[in-house]
Amino acid sequence: MLLHERVDRVAQASARSQERGYNAASMKFKDYYAVMGVERSASPEEIKTAYRKLARKYHPDVSKEPNAEEKFKEVAEAYETLKDPQKRAAYDQLGRHRPGQDFRPPPGWEKQFGDGAFSFEDLDLGDLFSAFGGRAHARSMRMPGQDYEVTAHISLEEAYRGAEVTLDLAVPDHDERGLPHRVQRSFKARIPRGATEGQRLRLAGQGGKGMNGGRDGDLYLNVALRPHPLFRVSGHDLFLDLPLAPWEAVLGTTVQVPTLGGSVQLKVPSGTRAGQQLRLAGRGLPKPHSGEGDLFAIVQIAVPSAASERERALYGELAGISTFNPRGHFAQEA
Amino acid sequence: MMTGQVEWLHEERELSLAELCELSGLSEAELRALVDCGAIAPTDSDARDWTFGADRLVVARSAFRLRRDFELDSQGLALAVALLERVRDLEEQLRGLRARIPGTPRSG
Repeated sequence: MLLHERVDRVAQASARSQERGYNAASMKFKDYYAVMGVERSASPEEIKTAYRKLARKYHPDVSKEPNAEEKFKEVAEAYETLKDPQKRAAYDQLGRHRPGQDFRPPPGWEKQFGDGAFSFEDLDLGDLFSAFGGRAHARSMRMPGQDYEVTAHISLEEAYRGAEVTLDLAVPDHDERGLPHRVQRSFKARIPRGATEGQRLRLAGQGGKGMNGGRDGDLYLNVALRPHPLFRVSGHDLFLDLPLAPWEAVLGTTVQVPTLGGSVQLKVPSGTRAGQQLRLAGRGLPKPHSGEGDLFAIVQIAVPSAASERERALYGELAGISTFNPRGHFAQEA
Repeated sequence: MMTGQVEWLHEERELSLAELCELSGLSEAELRALVDCGAIAPTDSDARDWTFGADRLVVARSAFRLRRDFELDSQGLALAVALLERVRDLEEQLRGLRARIPGTPRSG
């Protein structure tokens, strides 16, 4: 099963332009002022205010917006460049282009702002500026590798059995010269049985490489469960709606109940009421170290939408002879 | 292709103060400040050397990001972390309630 978590746009674009015979050594332009929603002449204060508003709206730790993580990355990247006067000046010198357009910096740009050692092949504009200024120091400095975070979407059956997942990430990394690059990495991880919604796993050392003796980063996996047609999940417990015909609930019966480990028989006692939770111990999701959660069958009394004449007659008889009053508690003494 | 050794970030696995700092990016002083105002709790606050459930790493990493991205001071950070923990707790309670309501299946 392939989980495509992120697409390396630059690598794809390079591949496309190579097909067309264009020079692939270029970058895609990003309009940082547009991303932040400010004029090119905005003051540092205005930029800071804009950042704070956007951070509040899109930061993945606090936001419920769709694509919050992606949008925040865009905003953070833009702010990173525009808040620093040197970086902002260098960025302004790149000129104005359409967002997404392939472009090359004007001649002499690399000499003025870089140290001339850049290759613009497969280079992301954000990576270029994040490495900006202090790169000379960065080359000899001990730097820990970056951590990567990814969400793995698995089915309930996979959580039950354990699953091997393949995750494809486009991650920023450094080559031997310390220059930033986007690389396509593939990770294979075995999610042990016992995972549930929101559980986190850590793959030590599977993140970005550390530099100059710095520790390698880690890969953090967040488990997300896909909705299941039958079961609902809470922690390691599972919940299943159990519809019963009225006579089944009154008289009691034995029913076949599906579980993740196969079908089982459940004895329904006579006089079972709607809303009752019948517990099937140990039939929930396994816990990571030992034990299992439970499966709860929530009783519903199902009523046929169309009853035949004979059925209606029999129900009528029943109504006539029964002394059952389900609404006795409605009549209150004043 | 790399095959990963997987480690649960579960409360049953314990991390030392130093480990939690290293993995989250928080300094020891910052972590102590978060413990002092109740935003992150060690397993036994009376113990001489604190240990933390590995699930606290998630909170600690979130704290690191919040401090960096919102440029918060330690008081603001402690408040933000405490509120987010409350939100997470409520969301989990909601999930539990939704699971118990009969009707169409919902995601976890």
